[in-house]
Amino acid sequence: MSEHFDAIVVGAGPSGNAAAYTMAKAGLSVLQIDRGEYPGSKNVQGAILYADALERIIPDFREDAPLERHVVEQRIWMLDDRAHTGTHYRSDDFNEARPNRYTILRAQFDKWFSKKVREAGALVITETTVTGLVRNEAGAVIGVQTDREGGPVFARVVVLAEGVNGLVAQRAGLRPELKPNHVALAVKETHFLSEEKVQERFNLAGEDDGVVIEVLGTVTSGMVGTGFLYTNKESISIGVGCLVSDYAETGMAPYELLDRFKRHPSVAPLLRGSEMKEYVAHLIPEGGYNAIPKLTGDGWLIVGDAGQFVNAVHREGSNLAMTTGRMAAEAIIALRKADLPVSEANLKIYRDALAESFVMQDMKKYRHLPATLEKNRDALFGAYPRALSSALQTLFRVDGTAKRDKEKQMLGIVKKSRGSWWAVATDMFKVARAWR
Amino acid sequence: MTDDLTGNPPKPDTTGLNIVVCIKQVPDSAQIRVHPVTNTIMRQGVPTIINPYDLYALEEALRLRDQYGGAVTVLCMGPPMAEDALRRALGLGADRAVLITDRRFAGSDTLATSFALATALTTIAQDRPIDIVFTGKQTIDGDTAQVGPGIARRLGLNQLTYVSAIDSIDLGKRELVVRRRAEGGVQVLQSRLPCLITVMEGINDLRRGSIQDLLRAARADVTVWSAEQAGVTNPMMCGLRGSPTVVKKVFAPSPRSEPAEMVTTEAKRPAQVAEAVLDLLFARNPKLEADLAARKGA
Ligand SMILES: Cc1cc2nc3c(=O)[nH]c(=O)nc-3n(C[C@H](O)[C@H](O)[C@H](O)COP(=O)(O)OP(=O)(O)OC[C@H]3O[C@@H](n4cnc5c(N)ncnc54)[C@H](O)[C@@H]3O)c2cc1C
Ligand SMILES: Cc1cc2nc3c(=O)[nH]c(=O)nc-3n(C[C@H](O)[C@H](O)[C@H](O)COP(=O)(O)OP(=O)(O)OC[C@H]3O[C@@H](n4cnc5c(N)ncnc54)[C@H](O)[C@@H]3O)c2cc1C
Repeated sequence: MSEHFDAIVVGAGPSGNAAAYTMAKAGLSVLQIDRGEYPGSKNVQGAILYADALERIIPDFREDAPLERHVVEQRIWMLDDRAHTGTHYRSDDFNEARPNRYTILRAQFDKWFSKKVREAGALVITETTVTGLVRNEAGAVIGVQTDREGGPVFARVVVLAEGVNGLVAQRAGLRPELKPNHVALAVKETHFLSEEKVQERFNLAGEDDGVVIEVLGTVTSGMVGTGFLYTNKESISIGVGCLVSDYAETGMAPYELLDRFKRHPSVAPLLRGSEMKEYVAHLIPEGGYNAIPKLTGDGWLIVGDAGQFVNAVHREGSNLAMTTGRMAAEAIIALRKADLPVSEANLKIYRDALAESFVMQDMKKYRHLPATLEKNRDALFGAYPRALSSALQTLFRVDGTAKRDKEKQMLGIVKKSRGSWWAVATDMFKVARAWR
Repeated sequence: MTDDLTGNPPKPDTTGLNIVVCIKQVPDSAQIRVHPVTNTIMRQGVPTIINPYDLYALEEALRLRDQYGGAVTVLCMGPPMAEDALRRALGLGADRAVLITDRRFAGSDTLATSFALATALTTIAQDRPIDIVFTGKQTIDGDTAQVGPGIARRLGLNQLTYVSAIDSIDLGKRELVVRRRAEGGVQVLQSRLPCLITVMEGINDLRRGSIQDLLRAARADVTVWSAEQAGVTNPMMCGLRGSPTVVKKVFAPSPRSEPAEMVTTEAKRPAQVAEAVLDLLFARNPKLEADLAARKGA
């Protein structure tokens, strides 16, 4: 006998959990399927959790969610091979009752979230891969096929929260194959370091305070990408990611980048004496707005990474995943209450909700950026970081050179990095326009 | 196994075999980490699995049930999170799951563990007498292989340890024949039911539950018993107080200090490659070369 649910959610990452939780809480019958040994077992994130998105789903999540540290200080570093130029922003305002950002360990966080989903009343099954979608004669999706015996399982709607690869949607012809220049491959290590050492090295007052560092520049060896270093309770997460197309072109291996990053003179002292506990790799959708596939159809919709919802500039992904998951759920709940079919036409409420929220507005804002970064790769990820470092070094070194000459030298360095002032101006203009 | 219309688990068969499989939730040994400062095993955040040997025991029990009818109950003593292991076993096809969990069980050694499990088995048997108790050969964390025999002794069951195959069961005569791996060969043993069997690895291939099994497992309630509900009347026999074994020290073996080294050579012929490797070995350990020369000379 086959089963029938109000909704089937494919995937138990943040987007799928947000969707399943919201629907189950509203009384819908929900089946969530994940291929992992347990929910989240293979999921990867830096990871910064943005409280706002989760708060709108589980307001009192702070009571029992496994959180590492709340972020009191944000650093942004521009690296060349020997130096870093950085900004640090730390404020005691971040030590608030309901902090805004936390570092987390995804394996633990996803487990917790999944428990909430079960408690809300959804059925969650793991170690099961969805292999295909089942359609009726009219072409509407009415269920899923899995890699287990026992036939398909049916539902009024299938929520595709399957993450960046999106193989189910792709195989069903709902979206094209991922393009190598629309995804980054990130590698990440977790290094054990005692709580006291973490606090000491990052100048932290308490065991709950944390620092996050976003890193640009030669850390990616001229490829389009970024690095990061985040403090957890008693470990440090460090990683770097670049476009898959760039790896293919340069022949560089991700772990080589990470090794160089770890050896960088500004980074090595932060890791000294730590013990590597975990090494993971994962894709990040970075194609931006222009890479977003069709999001809805009769009986199906897409949320989270599967829909390319990542704001690479601000390193936001999980919050877009949770927000799109929640909005999808709210649309499905509304249709269920009105006893309307989950058709592409009726799912306009989901598309509208996305368009009105920060999700689509931010995606749209940066829509030209991926192409701009890719085209100006050599300048932005090589020449400028080096020029910046060497100009600043010229400024800070006291060596009997007159300051006016120093300024000339510095300008010369910047100009030389791109050949002419015209080239520099064009670069700035292009980036500014893509940013707007 | 199919659900009825209400989605309730199917009513266990009262004919056939009543089987209980003891399963232990253990840390995934591939991912165990020792805290570098305190030198204790870091259980927090380490994924847990069903003790691998117990999965073979479970599969064997499910096969007997499928062949002779009856029901399979999985029993576990552990913290509340051990419910995950039981739910997984339900997803593989077990009919019923019982978790015995109580602060008073904490710190159990093998004596206290087999006492607690034997007591729970007696309580389970009140519904219907048990025909076979299965355990794994041993666990991958405690490794003692004592709990199975400990239970058998307390319940007065015939014990068949290190079983590598179950040849036949005669329900009429209430007899079974098993193969047991013993030093120097295989013993073929006949025993009366009820009995306790501890199972070797590799005795069968584990099944994958159907989608219906998983749905049933996701819906099923795991029976959770406190010590008292499990039938324990003397808490002094449980947990730390009922455990004469004292762990004096736990330590991490010091990691091997010598890093691996890659030998690169332009040589093509095997003998030349071997020579390149030897050169490096001798360079690191000159005594080796001298010893070898001495032996050749002798
Ligand atoms: C190195 C790195 C650092 C990051 N840092 C941050 C950060 O600091 N902050 C932030 O907000 N975001 C960050 N992100 C992005 C963030 O991790 C993702 O945006 C987020 O995980 C997306 O959630 P999701 O639920 O859409 O997908 P996922 O988390 O990928 O979950 C998808 C789930 O679907 C399951 N699945 C897939 N296919 C199937 C199938 N066929 N059948 C059954 N199950 C299936 C998978 O097992 C998985 O559990 C980072 C990403 C990476 C890789
Ligand atoms: C050196 C050492 C130190 C230890 N330290 C501690 C400690 O500090 N605190 C502590 O609490 N424990 C500790 N233990 C664990 C405890 O003694 C054993 O884990 C427990 O008594 C079971 O023994 P075992 O794991 O060797 O099982 P075995 O006898 O090897 O297991 C055989 C079979 O019995 C069954 N079985 C065993 N345990 C269970 C169970 N809990 N539920 C269901 N079935 C089961 C399974 O089918 C298993 O395959 C320690 C063990 C050792 C060896």
